[in-house]
Amino acid sequence: MNKSLISQTFSKTKNENRPALLTYTVAGDNTKKKSLEILKSISNYADICELGFPHNTPIADGGQIQTSAHRAIKNGIKISDVFSIVSQFKKFKKDKPIILMGYYNIIYQYNENKFINKCKKSKVDGLIVVDLPHPENKKFALKCKKKKINFIQLVSPTTSKERLKHIIKDSHDMIYYISMLSTTGGKLKVAPRKILKEYNKIKLLDKTKNIVIGFGITEKTIKSLKKADGLVVGSAICREITKSINRRQNVVTNVTNIVRKLKNKIK
Amino acid sequence: MMKLKKNIPLIDQHDNQGFWGGKFGGSFIPETLKKPVEDLTKKFQKLRKNKKFLKQKDYYFKNYIGSPTSFVKLENLSNHLGGGQIWAKVVSEANGGAHKIYNATVHALICKAMGKKYIVGDTGAGYAGKMLSMAAKKFGLKCKIFMGAKDMKRQKPNCEAIRKYGAEIIPVYSGSQTLVDAVSECMRYWVSNCDNTHMAVGSTVGPNIFVKICGWSTAQISKELKVQLKSKFKKIPNKVKLINCVGGGSSAYGFWSEFIDYNKKQIELIGVEAGGPKNSKLHAAPLSKGAKLGILHGAAAYCCQDNEGQIKETESISAGLDYPSVSPIHCFLKDTKRARYTYATDEDALNAYQMVTKFEKLNPSLEPSHAFAEAIKIAPKLSKDTIIIVNSCGDAKKDRDILRERLGKK
Repeated sequence: MNKSLISQTFSKTKNENRPALLTYTVAGDNTKKKSLEILKSISNYADICELGFPHNTPIADGGQIQTSAHRAIKNGIKISDVFSIVSQFKKFKKDKPIILMGYYNIIYQYNENKFINKCKKSKVDGLIVVDLPHPENKKFALKCKKKKINFIQLVSPTTSKERLKHIIKDSHDMIYYISMLSTTGGKLKVAPRKILKEYNKIKLLDKTKNIVIGFGITEKTIKSLKKADGLVVGSAICREITKSINRRQNVVTNVTNIVRKLKNKIK
Repeated sequence: MMKLKKNIPLIDQHDNQGFWGGKFGGSFIPETLKKPVEDLTKKFQKLRKNKKFLKQKDYYFKNYIGSPTSFVKLENLSNHLGGGQIWAKVVSEANGGAHKIYNATVHALICKAMGKKYIVGDTGAGYAGKMLSMAAKKFGLKCKIFMGAKDMKRQKPNCEAIRKYGAEIIPVYSGSQTLVDAVSECMRYWVSNCDNTHMAVGSTVGPNIFVKICGWSTAQISKELKVQLKSKFKKIPNKVKLINCVGGGSSAYGFWSEFIDYNKKQIELIGVEAGGPKNSKLHAAPLSKGAKLGILHGAAAYCCQDNEGQIKETESISAGLDYPSVSPIHCFLKDTKRARYTYATDEDALNAYQMVTKFEKLNPSLEPSHAFAEAIKIAPKLSKDTIIIVNSCGDAKKDRDILRERLGKK
């Protein structure tokens, strides 16, 4: 009873014996309207949609996502637009989980409480804040929990075992495992076998948690990691958006094709 | 009420989450950097109490950097202006030509102590990069320097130096192509390579530990000055004004650290930010122009930004001051009212540069020229027994092209 949409989604994909596919796109890339169209279209294949609220000085994003964020900001995206994209999307598909992802300064300037309330109102299901690590995020995560918004903790190959235990303890329904030491969009420089080995170590600490893997996942690498609970693809999608814009092709169609292909690889 | 503590170095007056005054600083970093930052924090904690390490540091400060740098009266300039006496702490005499060598040397020593072979750093004016490349060469480390493409163009002499010392310059083309982007790109590089690479942040900015390491290193400046003041005046004079330019704030903290406990009526601390071109709305003066608190590069500090939290573009003739945020310890000094912050425009700095070089055998870079602008402004109004000391923290060699363009041939 009262399971979050995110939990429900993982239950469903587990029943189907496949990982959940999580996509990441930047709100407002390349316009507010277009990004909503993209979101609606790819949600036919994606199980959970991550939506980035762009920041102009990201310290953990690679070139592809930087380009998308830059484009969105240049075209005038505001945080209120991000929320309105979510609201409109949720009117279209109320059961598809949406996770907002970004940097803390945007939340801080908006005001933490106001931000969480606005998330609640727009039906945001989860939040990832890249530069608000554990334990600094404890208070904020608790505030989210009270409003039934999933605060998603990140763990990485550098996270110590001791730290891991604390993070898992304070985590909600989903944990994000960063596959390697890299910014987003880096080439997968660690063997998938090794990534899964590390992944399983975390999994063993608490089997009830849904753990997704992100960073370096593309059409080429996704299949090799399909044992995970979920897989996140971001930069590969942003790259496609850039390519389609440059070639004056239909962005929505092209991006949807990519997501469909990704989905087929892990079915 | 936010309060400064006495007898504790300012760099250590933070809470256990790394915040000064409960709100400035901290460590807003991606998870991947948690471990390397914690390792560095522990290591630095140990090293700064380790006698062998301290001996090593003192050895290199003396024999490699060339401490102490001189403390001189600017007789002609003082006579010309009348009023208070103007003195300079000529930190630009340090090996390499600026205060950045202290932080660079300490980072190289830490890198070696941690058993890492690679070191990376950001640079704006190019001094932090030049010094890091020098120190890396000295200690046998491989070095990469991140620098905005715009800064590479306007600070060519330092780029040439960086390459001469065998470091690789990574040009940064994102955003405004200045220091802010260089720091971001350097941090991103560290996220990807933190297992074998040490990162040196070029100023008292960034996650808590980098503020501390840098401040601990540049503190050498005020340690020397204290001794020099006592030897010139037999005691610390009754009316002193310490004027320093503030970009990130590393030289200012270093210049002031020994004097923070003094009453501000005896020793006034004045920070001068970059006001940008006279007729431009853009500047790099978050403290003196009342910017809001924000999070940039892992720290909470006053920061030039829009209502949404997007970091604003800055503009200054001085690449070393051209940064939208500032050290959390300067925010703390501002809010506790221990230091006073003001700004000088590009034109003020250029005028000051011309006046100083006309009267004195001193060639301050555009950064300390901002500080000189304030000294020149206030000196005539002050009494003869007021000792105004400017930290001349960089040499103008690097500004060759800008000075030629703005002031005609030089």
